[in-house]
Amino acid sequence: MGVQIAFWLFAILVAGTALYAAVAPKIVHAAFSLMATFFGVAGIYAILGSDFLAVTQVLVYVGGIMVLIVFGVLLTDRVPEEYKVVAPRRWLPALIAGGLCFAAIAGALKSTVWPISSSTPLGDATSTVEGIGRSLLTDYLIPFEFASILLLVVLVGAARLARGQVR
Amino acid sequence: MNLRELLTEHLPQMPEAISGIVMALLLALIPALLVVAAVVTPVGLLGVYAERRLSGKIQDRSGPNRVGISIGPIKHHLWGLGQSVADGLKLLGKEDFVPPGGEKVLFLIAPLIVFGGSLALFAVLPFGPNLVGADPNVGIFYVLSIGALEVIGVLMAGWASNNKWSLIGAMREVAQVGSYEIPMGIAALCPVLMTGSLRLSEIISRQAAEPVIWGVHIPIPGELFLGWNVFAAFPFNIITFVIFYICCLANLKRAPFDLPECESELVAGFLTEYSGMRWGLFFLGEYAAMFALSGIGATLFLGGWTGPVHYLAVHGFGAAPGGIGDIVGGAIEFTWKTSLLFILMIWVRWTLPRMRLDQVMRLCYKYLVPAAMVCMLATAAAALLG
Repeated sequence: MGVQIAFWLFAILVAGTALYAAVAPKIVHAAFSLMATFFGVAGIYAILGSDFLAVTQVLVYVGGIMVLIVFGVLLTDRVPEEYKVVAPRRWLPALIAGGLCFAAIAGALKSTVWPISSSTPLGDATSTVEGIGRSLLTDYLIPFEFASILLLVVLVGAARLARGQVR
Repeated sequence: MNLRELLTEHLPQMPEAISGIVMALLLALIPALLVVAAVVTPVGLLGVYAERRLSGKIQDRSGPNRVGISIGPIKHHLWGLGQSVADGLKLLGKEDFVPPGGEKVLFLIAPLIVFGGSLALFAVLPFGPNLVGADPNVGIFYVLSIGALEVIGVLMAGWASNNKWSLIGAMREVAQVGSYEIPMGIAALCPVLMTGSLRLSEIISRQAAEPVIWGVHIPIPGELFLGWNVFAAFPFNIITFVIFYICCLANLKRAPFDLPECESELVAGFLTEYSGMRWGLFFLGEYAAMFALSGIGATLFLGGWTGPVHYLAVHGFGAAPGGIGDIVGGAIEFTWKTSLLFILMIWVRWTLPRMRLDQVMRLCYKYLVPAAMVCMLATAAAALLG
């Protein structure tokens, strides 16, 4: 009962703030509304028992991506006022395209059979940290290292670009 | 526990769904309110009092030590206690001002988000044996991630103020806190490496076990100093502890890292447009976060609620595990360590001058990150030895 109530509270939070992020008249409001969406998703992960995923969601999306989005908005302050306001121009094609996408996703979700495994997914019943750590450093070591090298390359490249032409 | 039973007794008349919602809300709200009333408010009040009084002593500011009563012939300085009352009255009397042209809603909720981020730290803070809100398996990871709330709140405050000083202050906050999360995370990994778990209760219990330094067993109880993580991989984790503490100072925007406020350059940074109790809420949040991070530092490196006082309570006075003596001993132990780190923060603030932004960044990326890496490698080697 408590879990169901918590799920519905978080589901309403996610759906409501996501909707507001889409229709908010100001970009800053949309960005901060998106932050609440990220938090709600983290809450749903926590309810489903994925403690590691929930905390990672907060760390990466709220602490990283969200700050980046808001920074992007703040630094584009010189953009004329009319572009910062999301005007409801061409709402009919947007509605049709969005509705079709939604119909496709909803149809796929509905027609798919979701098998529920009886075994615990990763690690023991209380936490997923050990299982994820073991998998990352054994079975998925190569993809994990590739991802880190990619991030390192991006980091060095960004620093090089930001520095500009050297001599 | 009893709260749930109490609620089930008194909520039978309502329909099932509504009583469920009410119960869930009350079960979540009552402990949260208790924490606010019993811990955060006293911490805030005592913190402000300690800061006022110590700053008065350190910098020879006579005021805060003398604000007392003077009614007719009765005159007493009351150890400066009047200053807290005067501060509170002043905050209550101020105009609740929202800058014109700012974002009103964001301006009003930004202090709540910052305060909420500080409050969220108390959920996992182990005050003593069984005296902990939640003990999740991702404990220390949660502590590191929830700091993002504070950054977002400050960014929101800076933007909503519609003021250049506020915005520059908020940007400094993001740059500074975002950077210092890296050495802080690496430093926090060292106790995790020694323990093999992110859970705070396991990090504490490992420090109460028999101390092993570089694979050498020392036959004394770990609670008597040597088992603490600060002595693990000696002397590397002493450096790690100092790095962690510096990062805490930077995350809390306390001097010498108070660049987001920086009154000599930015008026008051992101706080420029705030007044009255909303301004006070930022500071209540800051003192709560100071206490919480001091507590996390004490838990990670100084044994948490295990230590000499707790050892005396259990072995000297024969307190049963889980009994009242055990809990009180542990709570006293936790409080003295946390208060020590808390007062050290005040001492540092009133002693060191403010750094420049480039110096802050250089300290982080050129010194703290490599030093923390070296310490982490040494700790990993020590953990391999036993």
